[in-house]
Amino acid sequence: MSSAENIQTGADMPDAGMLDVAIHRGGGGRPSAIQHYQVPRQENQTVLDIVSHIQHYIDPTLSYRFACRVGMCGSCAMMVNGEPRWTCRTHIDRVVEHNSLEIAPLRNLPVIKDLVPDLDPFFDKWTKAEARHHPSASRHQPMHIQPPDSPERQRADANIECINCAVCYAACDTVANQPDYLGPAALQRAWTLLNDAKDADKEAIWQAVSGGDGCHNCHSIGSCAHYCPNELNPMTAIAGLKQQTVRQAFSLTSVLKKNRND
Amino acid sequence: MIDARIYIWQRLSAMIMIPLVLGHLAVMIYAIEGGLSVGEILGRTQGSLVWLIFYGSFVLAVSAHAGLGLGIISAEWFRLTPKIASLLGMAVGLILLVMGSHAIWAVTFALP
Ligand code: SF4
Ligand code: SF4
Ligand code: FES
Repeated sequence: MSSAENIQTGADMPDAGMLDVAIHRGGGGRPSAIQHYQVPRQENQTVLDIVSHIQHYIDPTLSYRFACRVGMCGSCAMMVNGEPRWTCRTHIDRVVEHNSLEIAPLRNLPVIKDLVPDLDPFFDKWTKAEARHHPSASRHQPMHIQPPDSPERQRADANIECINCAVCYAACDTVANQPDYLGPAALQRAWTLLNDAKDADKEAIWQAVSGGDGCHNCHSIGSCAHYCPNELNPMTAIAGLKQQTVRQAFSLTSVLKKNRND
Repeated sequence: MIDARIYIWQRLSAMIMIPLVLGHLAVMIYAIEGGLSVGEILGRTQGSLVWLIFYGSFVLAVSAHAGLGLGIISAEWFRLTPKIASLLGMAVGLILLVMGSHAIWAVTFALP
Protein backbone atom coordinates (compact mmCIF):
# COMPACT_ATOMS: atom_id res chain seq x y z
CA MET A 1 0.00 0.00 0.00
CA SER A 2 1.20 3.48 -0.77
CA SER A 3 2.34 5.97 1.83
CA ALA A 4 -0.28 8.40 0.54
CA GLU A 5 -2.93 6.02 1.81
CA ASN A 6 -5.02 7.33 4.66
CA ILE A 7 -8.35 6.74 6.29
CA GLN A 8 -11.17 9.22 6.55
CA THR A 9 -14.57 8.92 8.14
CA GLY A 10 -17.64 11.10 8.03
CA ALA A 11 -17.41 12.68 11.50
CA ASP A 12 -21.09 12.44 12.39
CA MET A 13 -21.58 8.91 11.12
CA PRO A 14 -22.32 5.95 13.39
CA ASP A 15 -19.71 3.21 13.65
CA ALA A 16 -22.05 0.29 13.20
CA GLY A 17 -22.56 -1.13 9.71
CA MET A 18 -19.65 0.73 8.22
CA LEU A 19 -18.24 -0.19 4.87
CA ASP A 20 -14.53 0.13 4.13
CA VAL A 21 -14.27 1.77 0.72
CA ALA A 22 -10.89 1.95 -1.04
CA ILE A 23 -10.82 4.51 -3.82
CA HIS A 24 -8.09 4.90 -6.43
CA ARG A 25 -7.30 8.59 -6.63
CA GLY A 26 -4.95 10.48 -8.88
CA GLY A 27 -4.69 11.49 -12.51
CA GLY A 28 -4.15 14.94 -13.94
CA GLY A 29 -0.46 14.74 -13.24
CA ARG A 30 -0.87 13.67 -9.59
CA PRO A 31 0.55 10.29 -8.55
CA SER A 32 -2.18 7.72 -8.02
CA ALA A 33 -2.87 6.49 -4.50
CA ILE A 34 -5.49 4.44 -2.73
CA GLN A 35 -7.53 6.28 -0.10
CA HIS A 36 -9.83 4.54 2.40
CA TYR A 37 -13.19 5.89 3.56
CA GLN A 38 -15.67 4.52 6.09
CA VAL A 39 -19.19 4.80 4.72
CA PRO A 40 -22.40 3.79 6.55
CA ARG A 41 -24.24 0.91 4.94
CA GLN A 42 -27.87 1.41 4.08
CA GLU A 43 -30.59 -0.57 2.48
CA ASN A 44 -30.89 -0.36 -1.31
CA GLN A 45 -27.56 1.39 -1.59
CA THR A 46 -25.81 1.53 -4.95
CA VAL A 47 -22.10 1.94 -5.62
CA LEU A 48 -22.86 5.42 -6.96
CA ASP A 49 -24.61 6.24 -3.65
CA ILE A 50 -21.40 5.29 -1.84
CA VAL A 51 -19.24 7.51 -4.04
CA SER A 52 -21.74 10.38 -3.72
CA HIS A 53 -21.80 9.97 0.07
CA ILE A 54 -18.03 10.29 0.22
CA GLN A 55 -18.06 13.38 -2.00
CA HIS A 56 -20.97 15.04 -0.14
CA TYR A 57 -20.08 14.25 3.47
CA ILE A 58 -16.42 13.22 3.74
CA ASP A 59 -14.19 14.51 0.98
CA PRO A 60 -15.46 17.14 -1.48
CA THR A 61 -12.25 16.91 -3.51
CA LEU A 62 -13.23 13.48 -4.85
CA SER A 63 -14.09 13.66 -8.56
CA TYR A 64 -16.47 11.26 -10.31
CA ARG A 65 -19.02 11.38 -13.10
CA PHE A 66 -22.73 10.63 -13.31
CA ALA A 67 -25.90 12.12 -14.72
CA CYS A 68 -29.13 10.13 -14.94
CA ARG A 69 -28.75 7.66 -12.02
CA VAL A 70 -31.16 5.28 -13.77
CA GLY A 71 -28.98 3.42 -16.26
CA MET A 72 -29.70 5.63 -19.27
CA CYS A 73 -26.78 8.00 -19.82
CA GLY A 74 -23.82 5.65 -19.49
CA SER A 75 -21.61 8.13 -17.64
CA CYS A 76 -21.17 6.47 -14.24
CA ALA A 77 -19.11 3.39 -15.15
CA MET A 78 -16.19 2.51 -12.86
CA MET A 79 -14.15 -0.52 -11.88
CA VAL A 80 -15.75 -2.08 -8.81
CA ASN A 81 -13.63 -4.76 -7.11
CA GLY A 82 -11.71 -5.03 -10.38
CA GLU A 83 -14.74 -5.41 -12.64
CA PRO A 84 -16.31 -2.77 -14.88
CA ARG A 85 -19.85 -1.84 -13.86
CA TRP A 86 -22.49 0.87 -14.23
CA THR A 87 -22.40 2.10 -10.67
CA CYS A 88 -25.86 3.69 -10.52
CA ARG A 89 -27.50 0.33 -11.12
CA THR A 90 -25.11 -1.81 -9.10
CA HIS A 91 -26.41 -2.59 -5.62
CA ILE A 92 -23.59 -2.96 -3.15
CA ASP A 93 -25.13 -6.20 -1.82
CA ARG A 94 -24.06 -7.76 -5.10
CA VAL A 95 -20.45 -6.60 -4.96
CA VAL A 96 -19.37 -6.13 -1.34
CA GLU A 97 -16.70 -8.57 -0.18
CA HIS A 98 -15.83 -8.82 3.54
CA ASN A 99 -17.56 -5.51 4.16
CA SER A 100 -15.23 -3.70 1.81
CA LEU A 101 -15.30 -2.27 -1.66
CA GLU A 102 -12.57 -1.16 -4.08
CA ILE A 103 -13.47 1.48 -6.64
CA ALA A 104 -11.18 2.60 -9.49
CA PRO A 105 -11.57 4.52 -12.74
CA LEU A 106 -12.53 2.54 -15.86
CA ARG A 107 -9.75 0.38 -17.27
CA ASN A 108 -8.16 0.92 -20.70
CA LEU A 109 -8.68 4.70 -20.59
CA PRO A 110 -6.54 7.63 -19.42
CA VAL A 111 -7.60 9.18 -16.11
CA ILE A 112 -8.55 12.85 -15.93
CA LYS A 113 -8.91 12.85 -12.15
CA ASP A 114 -9.81 10.22 -9.54
CA LEU A 115 -12.77 8.24 -10.93
CA VAL A 116 -13.20 10.32 -14.09
CA PRO A 117 -11.77 8.63 -17.19
CA ASP A 118 -10.99 10.46 -20.40
CA LEU A 119 -13.46 8.99 -22.89
CA ASP A 120 -11.96 10.71 -25.95
CA PRO A 121 -10.07 7.62 -27.16
CA PHE A 122 -13.29 5.58 -26.82
CA PHE A 123 -15.37 7.99 -28.90
CA ASP A 124 -12.55 8.71 -31.37
CA LYS A 125 -12.73 5.02 -32.24
CA TRP A 126 -16.48 5.28 -32.98
CA THR A 127 -15.57 7.87 -35.59
CA LYS A 128 -12.67 5.78 -36.86
CA ALA A 129 -14.99 2.77 -37.25
CA GLU A 130 -17.38 4.97 -39.28
CA ALA A 131 -19.91 4.14 -36.58
CA ARG A 132 -21.95 7.22 -37.43
CA HIS A 133 -24.99 7.68 -39.60
CA HIS A 134 -24.34 8.36 -43.29
CA PRO A 135 -27.59 9.93 -44.51
CA SER A 136 -29.26 8.45 -47.59
CA ALA A 137 -31.86 11.16 -48.18
CA SER A 138 -32.57 14.77 -47.35
CA ARG A 139 -35.58 15.88 -45.35
CA HIS A 140 -37.35 16.78 -48.58
CA GLN A 141 -37.28 13.23 -49.90
CA PRO A 142 -39.71 10.53 -48.85
CA MET A 143 -38.68 8.49 -45.82
CA HIS A 144 -37.28 5.03 -46.42
CA ILE A 145 -39.52 2.37 -44.94
CA GLN A 146 -37.77 -0.63 -43.42
CA PRO A 147 -40.21 -3.24 -42.13
CA PRO A 148 -39.54 -3.95 -38.44
CA ASP A 149 -39.64 -7.70 -39.08
CA SER A 150 -37.08 -7.71 -41.90
CA PRO A 151 -33.95 -9.73 -40.99
CA GLU A 152 -31.65 -6.70 -41.49
CA ARG A 153 -33.75 -4.54 -39.18
CA GLN A 154 -33.80 -7.26 -36.56
CA ARG A 155 -30.02 -7.64 -36.77
CA ALA A 156 -29.70 -3.87 -36.38
CA ASP A 157 -32.16 -3.77 -33.49
CA ALA A 158 -30.40 -6.56 -31.61
CA ASN A 159 -27.50 -4.28 -30.68
CA ILE A 160 -29.01 -0.83 -30.89
CA GLU A 161 -29.62 -0.10 -27.19
CA CYS A 162 -25.99 0.82 -26.45
CA ILE A 163 -25.64 3.63 -23.90
CA ASN A 164 -21.92 4.30 -24.65
CA CYS A 165 -20.91 3.47 -21.11
CA ALA A 166 -17.54 1.94 -22.16
CA VAL A 167 -17.97 -0.96 -19.74
CA CYS A 168 -17.31 -3.43 -22.57
CA TYR A 169 -14.29 -1.38 -23.65
CA ALA A 170 -12.86 -1.59 -20.13
CA ALA A 171 -13.55 -5.34 -20.04
CA CYS A 172 -11.82 -6.08 -23.34
CA ASP A 173 -8.36 -7.67 -23.01
CA THR A 174 -7.67 -7.09 -26.68
CA VAL A 175 -8.02 -3.34 -26.12
CA ALA A 176 -5.65 -3.71 -23.15
CA ASN A 177 -3.03 -5.48 -25.25
CA GLN A 178 -3.57 -3.55 -28.48
CA PRO A 179 -4.45 0.04 -27.59
CA ASP A 180 -5.40 0.86 -31.21
CA TYR A 181 -8.04 -1.87 -31.48
CA LEU A 182 -11.39 -0.19 -32.23
CA GLY A 183 -13.09 -2.15 -29.46
CA PRO A 184 -16.47 -3.79 -28.92
CA ALA A 185 -18.82 -0.79 -28.73
CA ALA A 186 -17.63 1.02 -31.87
CA LEU A 187 -17.60 -2.19 -33.92
CA GLN A 188 -21.01 -3.14 -32.63
CA ARG A 189 -22.45 0.20 -33.79
CA ALA A 190 -20.75 -0.26 -37.18
CA TRP A 191 -22.58 -3.60 -37.47
CA THR A 192 -25.89 -1.97 -36.54
CA LEU A 193 -25.43 0.65 -39.27
CA LEU A 194 -24.42 -1.93 -41.85
CA ASN A 195 -27.76 -3.59 -41.26
CA ASP A 196 -29.63 -0.30 -41.45
CA ALA A 197 -31.20 0.35 -44.86
CA LYS A 198 -31.09 4.07 -44.12
CA ASP A 199 -27.29 4.20 -44.01
CA ALA A 200 -25.85 5.28 -47.36
CA ASP A 201 -22.12 4.60 -47.08
CA LYS A 202 -21.69 0.94 -46.24
CA GLU A 203 -18.44 0.80 -48.22
CA ALA A 204 -16.84 3.32 -45.84
CA ILE A 205 -17.90 1.16 -42.89
CA TRP A 206 -16.54 -2.02 -44.50
CA GLN A 207 -13.21 -0.31 -45.12
CA ALA A 208 -13.07 1.04 -41.57
CA VAL A 209 -13.77 -2.27 -39.84
CA SER A 210 -11.48 -4.36 -42.08
CA GLY A 211 -8.23 -2.51 -41.35
CA GLY A 212 -5.39 -3.50 -39.00
CA ASP A 213 -7.26 -2.12 -35.95
CA GLY A 214 -10.60 -3.60 -36.94
CA CYS A 215 -12.97 -6.44 -36.16
CA HIS A 216 -10.58 -9.28 -37.08
CA ASN A 217 -8.51 -8.62 -33.95
CA CYS A 218 -11.34 -9.73 -31.63
CA HIS A 219 -10.54 -12.97 -29.78
CA SER A 220 -14.21 -13.89 -29.30
CA ILE A 221 -13.75 -14.53 -25.58
CA GLY A 222 -16.82 -12.46 -24.82
CA SER A 223 -15.91 -10.30 -21.82
CA CYS A 224 -17.80 -7.50 -23.58
CA ALA A 225 -21.01 -9.52 -23.66
CA HIS A 226 -20.46 -10.76 -20.12
CA TYR A 227 -20.15 -7.28 -18.64
CA CYS A 228 -22.45 -5.19 -20.85
CA PRO A 229 -25.02 -3.84 -18.39
CA ASN A 230 -27.65 -3.69 -21.12
CA GLU A 231 -27.15 -7.35 -21.92
CA LEU A 232 -26.00 -6.58 -25.45
CA ASN A 233 -23.62 -8.90 -27.20
CA PRO A 234 -20.92 -6.97 -29.09
CA MET A 235 -19.06 -10.25 -29.67
CA THR A 236 -21.80 -11.62 -31.93
CA ALA A 237 -21.98 -8.29 -33.77
CA ILE A 238 -18.23 -8.53 -34.37
CA ALA A 239 -18.60 -12.16 -35.47
CA GLY A 240 -21.18 -10.90 -37.98
CA LEU A 241 -18.68 -8.33 -39.25
CA LYS A 242 -15.97 -10.96 -39.63
CA GLN A 243 -18.28 -13.32 -41.46
CA GLN A 244 -19.54 -10.66 -43.85
CA THR A 245 -16.07 -9.27 -44.60
CA VAL A 246 -14.95 -12.77 -45.62
CA ARG A 247 -18.08 -13.23 -47.71
CA GLN A 248 -17.49 -9.89 -49.34
CA ALA A 249 -13.89 -10.73 -50.15
CA PHE A 250 -14.99 -13.87 -52.00
CA SER A 251 -18.17 -12.63 -53.58
CA LEU A 252 -18.24 -11.93 -57.27
CA THR A 253 -20.84 -9.21 -56.89
CA SER A 254 -18.57 -7.17 -54.61
CA VAL A 255 -15.85 -7.31 -57.29
CA LEU A 256 -18.30 -6.28 -59.99
CA LYS A 257 -19.69 -3.50 -57.80
CA LYS A 258 -16.19 -2.23 -57.14
CA ASN A 259 -15.42 -2.14 -60.85
CA ARG A 260 -18.66 -0.32 -61.51
CA ASN A 261 -17.84 2.29 -58.88
CA ASP A 262 -14.30 2.86 -60.20
CA MET B 1 -2.70 -5.80 -36.50
CA ILE B 2 -5.04 -8.37 -38.05
CA ASP B 3 -6.75 -6.94 -41.11
CA ALA B 4 -9.22 -8.79 -43.31
CA ARG B 5 -6.43 -10.10 -45.57
CA ILE B 6 -4.37 -11.65 -42.75
CA TYR B 7 -7.57 -13.07 -41.21
CA ILE B 8 -8.56 -14.78 -44.46
CA TRP B 9 -5.08 -16.23 -45.07
CA GLN B 10 -5.00 -17.52 -41.52
CA ARG B 11 -8.36 -19.29 -41.95
CA LEU B 12 -7.55 -20.61 -45.43
CA SER B 13 -4.23 -22.09 -44.34
CA ALA B 14 -5.95 -23.70 -41.35
CA MET B 15 -8.63 -25.19 -43.60
CA ILE B 16 -5.98 -26.64 -45.91
CA MET B 17 -4.16 -28.13 -42.92
CA ILE B 18 -7.15 -29.98 -41.46
CA PRO B 19 -7.25 -32.89 -43.98
CA LEU B 20 -3.46 -32.84 -44.32
CA VAL B 21 -2.89 -33.27 -40.57
CA LEU B 22 -5.33 -36.19 -40.54
CA GLY B 23 -3.58 -37.72 -43.57
CA HIS B 24 -0.20 -37.17 -41.95
CA LEU B 25 -1.31 -38.92 -38.74
CA ALA B 26 -2.72 -41.82 -40.75
CA VAL B 27 0.55 -42.19 -42.70
CA MET B 28 2.59 -42.10 -39.48
CA ILE B 29 0.48 -44.74 -37.78
CA TYR B 30 0.55 -46.89 -40.90
CA ALA B 31 4.33 -46.64 -41.22
CA ILE B 32 4.95 -47.48 -37.56
CA GLU B 33 2.28 -50.14 -37.11
CA GLY B 34 3.18 -51.74 -40.43
CA GLY B 35 6.80 -51.87 -39.31
CA LEU B 36 8.15 -50.29 -42.47
CA SER B 37 11.93 -49.94 -42.62
CA VAL B 38 13.65 -46.71 -43.68
CA GLY B 39 14.53 -48.31 -46.98
CA GLU B 40 10.92 -49.34 -47.61
CA ILE B 41 9.65 -45.86 -46.76
CA LEU B 42 12.18 -44.17 -49.02
CA GLY B 43 11.32 -46.65 -51.73
CA ARG B 44 7.76 -45.36 -51.68
CA THR B 45 8.52 -41.66 -51.38
CA GLN B 46 11.32 -41.39 -53.93
CA GLY B 47 10.04 -39.74 -57.09
CA SER B 48 6.41 -39.83 -55.90
CA LEU B 49 4.45 -36.88 -57.23
CA VAL B 50 1.53 -37.54 -54.84
CA TRP B 51 3.88 -37.48 -51.88
CA LEU B 52 5.42 -34.25 -53.14
CA ILE B 53 2.05 -32.54 -53.59
CA PHE B 54 0.72 -33.77 -50.22
CA TYR B 55 3.68 -32.69 -48.10
CA GLY B 56 4.52 -29.73 -50.32
CA SER B 57 1.12 -28.14 -49.69
CA PHE B 58 1.45 -29.09 -46.01
CA VAL B 59 4.73 -27.20 -45.71
CA LEU B 60 3.30 -24.17 -47.51
CA ALA B 61 0.20 -24.08 -45.28
CA VAL B 62 2.19 -24.59 -42.07
CA SER B 63 4.72 -21.87 -42.96
CA ALA B 64 1.97 -19.36 -43.76
CA HIS B 65 -0.18 -20.28 -40.74
CA ALA B 66 2.63 -20.34 -38.16
CA GLY B 67 4.33 -17.23 -39.58
CA LEU B 68 1.13 -15.17 -39.50
CA GLY B 69 0.03 -16.53 -36.12
CA LEU B 70 3.34 -15.97 -34.34
CA GLY B 71 3.57 -12.49 -35.85
CA ILE B 72 0.15 -11.63 -34.44
CA ILE B 73 0.82 -13.15 -31.02
CA SER B 74 4.17 -11.37 -30.68
CA ALA B 75 2.53 -8.05 -31.60
CA GLU B 76 -0.01 -8.51 -28.80
CA TRP B 77 2.21 -10.02 -26.12
CA PHE B 78 5.33 -7.96 -26.60
CA ARG B 79 3.62 -4.81 -27.91
CA LEU B 80 5.69 -4.88 -31.11
CA THR B 81 4.73 -2.53 -33.92
CA PRO B 82 2.83 -4.32 -36.73
CA LYS B 83 5.85 -3.85 -38.99
CA ILE B 84 8.34 -5.51 -36.65
CA ALA B 85 5.84 -8.24 -35.74
CA SER B 86 5.21 -9.06 -39.40
CA LEU B 87 8.95 -9.16 -40.09
CA LEU B 88 9.35 -11.58 -37.18
CA GLY B 89 6.43 -13.69 -38.46
CA MET B 90 7.85 -13.69 -41.97
CA ALA B 91 11.23 -14.83 -40.65
CA VAL B 92 9.59 -17.74 -38.81
CA GLY B 93 7.55 -18.62 -41.90
CA LEU B 94 10.65 -18.53 -44.07
CA ILE B 95 12.65 -20.76 -41.72
CA LEU B 96 9.80 -23.30 -41.67
CA LEU B 97 9.50 -23.12 -45.45
CA VAL B 98 13.22 -23.73 -45.98
CA MET B 99 13.38 -26.56 -43.42
CA GLY B 100 10.21 -28.22 -44.72
CA SER B 101 11.21 -27.93 -48.37
CA HIS B 102 14.63 -29.33 -47.56
CA ALA B 103 13.07 -32.36 -45.84
CA ILE B 104 10.66 -32.98 -48.72
CA TRP B 105 13.42 -32.67 -51.28
CA ALA B 106 15.52 -35.11 -49.27
CA VAL B 107 12.92 -37.89 -49.17
CA THR B 108 11.55 -37.30 -52.67
CA PHE B 109 14.55 -36.60 -54.88
CA ALA B 110 17.86 -36.97 -53.04
CA LEU B 111 19.68 -40.22 -53.66
CA PRO B 112 19.60 -42.59 -50.67
S1 SF4 C 1 -15.12 -10.73 -27.54
FE1 SF4 C 1 -13.80 -9.39 -28.75
S2 SF4 C 1 -14.53 -7.32 -28.38
FE2 SF4 C 1 -15.46 -8.65 -26.81
S3 SF4 C 1 -14.07 -8.45 -25.05
FE3 SF4 C 1 -13.37 -10.22 -26.24
S4 SF4 C 1 -11.83 -9.42 -27.70
FE4 SF4 C 1 -12.95 -7.65 -26.85
S1 SF4 D 1 -22.18 -2.31 -25.64
FE1 SF4 D 1 -22.97 -2.40 -23.56
S2 SF4 D 1 -21.14 -2.16 -22.29
FE2 SF4 D 1 -20.55 -1.51 -24.32
S3 SF4 D 1 -20.85 0.72 -24.33
FE3 SF4 D 1 -22.73 -0.21 -25.12
S4 SF4 D 1 -24.05 -0.47 -23.33
FE4 SF4 D 1 -22.00 -0.11 -22.57
S1 FES E 1 -25.68 7.70 -14.01
FE1 FES E 1 -26.55 7.43 -16.02
S2 FES E 1 -26.16 5.33 -16.38
FE2 FES E 1 -25.43 5.57 -14.36
